[in-house]
Amino acid sequence: MISIIKERLRQGRRTISYPDAPAPALPDRFLGLPVLDDSKCSDGCTACVDACPSDSVARDASGLSLDMGRCLFCNDCVEDCPAGAITFTQDYRLAARSRADLVVRSGTVYEPARQLDDKIKRLFGRSLKLRQVSAGGDNSAESDLNVLGTVVFDMGRLGIQFVASPRHADGIVITGPVSQNMKEALLRTYEATTSPKLVIVVGTDAISGGIFRDHPEVNNGAEGLLPIDLYIPGNPPHPLTILDGFLRLMGRLEAASLPAVHTP
Amino acid sequence: MATAQATRLAHNEPIPLADVPHLAFGGFRDEVVESVRSGGRLVALFGRPVDGRIRLYAVLALDDEGELAVLSADVPDRYPSLTPDCPSAHMFEREIAEQWGVVPEGHPWLKPVRFHASYRPGHDAWGRSSDTPILPGVQPAGTEFYRVEGQEVHEVAVGPVHAGVIEPGAFRFQCHGERVFHLEIALGFQHRGIEKALWEGPNRKSLRLVEQIAGDTSVGHATAYCQAVEALAGARPSLRAQAIRGIALELERMANHTGDLGALANDVGYLPTASYCGRIRGDFLNSTAMICGNRFGRGLVRPGGVGYDLDGELLDRMRKRVEPALVDVNGAAGLLWDSLSVQARFEGTGTVSRDDALALGLVGPAGRSSGLDRDVRLDYPSGIYRFHYIPISVQATGDVFARAYVRYLEVRRSGQFVLEQASQLPEGPTNVEVGPLTPSSLVVSLVEGWRGEICHVAITDDAGAFAHYKVIDPSFHNWIGLSLSLRDQGISDFPLCNKSFNLSYCGHDL
Repeated sequence: MISIIKERLRQGRRTISYPDAPAPALPDRFLGLPVLDDSKCSDGCTACVDACPSDSVARDASGLSLDMGRCLFCNDCVEDCPAGAITFTQDYRLAARSRADLVVRSGTVYEPARQLDDKIKRLFGRSLKLRQVSAGGDNSAESDLNVLGTVVFDMGRLGIQFVASPRHADGIVITGPVSQNMKEALLRTYEATTSPKLVIVVGTDAISGGIFRDHPEVNNGAEGLLPIDLYIPGNPPHPLTILDGFLRLMGRLEAASLPAVHTP
Repeated sequence: MATAQATRLAHNEPIPLADVPHLAFGGFRDEVVESVRSGGRLVALFGRPVDGRIRLYAVLALDDEGELAVLSADVPDRYPSLTPDCPSAHMFEREIAEQWGVVPEGHPWLKPVRFHASYRPGHDAWGRSSDTPILPGVQPAGTEFYRVEGQEVHEVAVGPVHAGVIEPGAFRFQCHGERVFHLEIALGFQHRGIEKALWEGPNRKSLRLVEQIAGDTSVGHATAYCQAVEALAGARPSLRAQAIRGIALELERMANHTGDLGALANDVGYLPTASYCGRIRGDFLNSTAMICGNRFGRGLVRPGGVGYDLDGELLDRMRKRVEPALVDVNGAAGLLWDSLSVQARFEGTGTVSRDDALALGLVGPAGRSSGLDRDVRLDYPSGIYRFHYIPISVQATGDVFARAYVRYLEVRRSGQFVLEQASQLPEGPTNVEVGPLTPSSLVVSLVEGWRGEICHVAITDDAGAFAHYKVIDPSFHNWIGLSLSLRDQGISDFPLCNKSFNLSYCGHDL
């Protein structure tokens, strides 16, 4: 017993103060919100488009765009671009309420997810119980969801919790491109969740199929299968990105109290 | 060792495909069985279509000699199964049957592995027509789940969606009261078609696909892929790049092993260690993120070297993060070894005997915990491991305790290695040019991932593209070990046994 107490004192308190205090620093090489500047592009250059392994970058008449719902945050486009038209900032706040919001364009300001409407906020704003379904996930997004339960993030202190039964859940969190072999189980879990219910997709695979897009063995993410309330991009998203998305959905992060989103 | 007719090769050394001996099936079968009987090990067994027939390739590991052996044979639609004489072939033969519709006659438990249609339309090992829907976990007629009969016997079925944030699989327990007679595991729910997609490469997607074979093993699988590509292209990454790969691979091992120690503590209700290890795991993941921005090491390992260099200042910061984390692991795990209540739950639970582990070809910590002293870093060293030796961690008891303690030892020894590398990183470039791949060749690449031996086999066509690419995650060998560990255990021991193996669903399902 004494050794347990001694070790407890030695290990100390490790829970972060976020969201009451600023989020902990991210690694210098972390790739967050992409920022595009197509005034740097030279005529006919498609180096970034050609480099992208997941077809997330496009350059057409309307200019350069990057779909965070498909992006692997792999940096291949940055490396191959001769002009530096694409950069990744360290902004981890990437969650969005609509699929279209995930497409970043030159000169536009990215708006993090808006909160739920008032009625839903009354229902879910103080406590959120979620059932997670890994549908072809590779265990990275799943791992970083589990991380939110550790003492560092201690998501429970914010009223968010993963539960075992869909009957106890306010919504489901989907990871993975939705393999054909998990489609039925996913839909049944959704059915088993009591209404009103939320659907949150975490990670590029779950949003669009990611690198597995158009494989006959997978659905291209959960889009079209279920009504999605929150998209959290990343491959996998950083735990802070996920937590930020959850809190935004609950209306626990007031937009006005946040620093401005990074712009070029 | 009896591999008279097989061609010997070193791993990461391509050989012309024409040098792979092509035997009559009887000779092939005898050779594989005899080699495994005399101490060899089946690393890979796979099929691919050649001239309208299915050609089987076997890769055998001769661990004592640090060499591999390869041989091939064509099979008709039915052939005598190797499994009755070579149990470690059991999953490979099921996989071959599912992919190519050839039947290993006499296989004791021939069932689908991933629940997809045969890659050869019109050839189905279970006689299903092409319009028969294939439902995951639903066994074809005549291959039902194992059942124990008896008045007091009952069956518990769980999955694919489990309690908790975890990947899907289906488990059937045959029980008498609380006691488990047998556990059968059906996987395939995570099947994403990775291997088939790799056959189209190499292309801009290949490396990213490989990084997502198992997201918690991104560095391990990416390293195996890059070794295969570099060998086929004749490229030699610098020692500096190899050292950075080694740091990332060991950090991956440390993070996952630490997480597992915490999960094991959690499953016996010992919360101090569970809390500490969950956090310390993050310290190791964040150390990886310091190198490449990604907690899982994505984007770090690439053909020709690594995507990121480490300067003195960054190495210094990384050391300052890893050192205290190692002290914290010692403190957290030390509580486990000192707690009698924890030891009472760990010791003697979920035992897999050395004989069973040997016969089934268990690899990695699962095998080492049952007394098998196999470790790719030692037996088939490549990259930085040719110059820096990490002591192998072996336990004899084969129980949950052994699997936990091997992890603990490995965290410590890997930690030492990382600190050493970080303080004396070799000079050199981080990347070298990788040219086109040698046509019509075969290469075997091995990496000791945190779950054990990762094997990638690449075969190129006459234009230097992949004609075939085989991926074997250590979990493919080890899932049967979890089944065995449950025999004669309480069903409530399942979570504990499961965590002590912590196998990959997606790595298995591909």
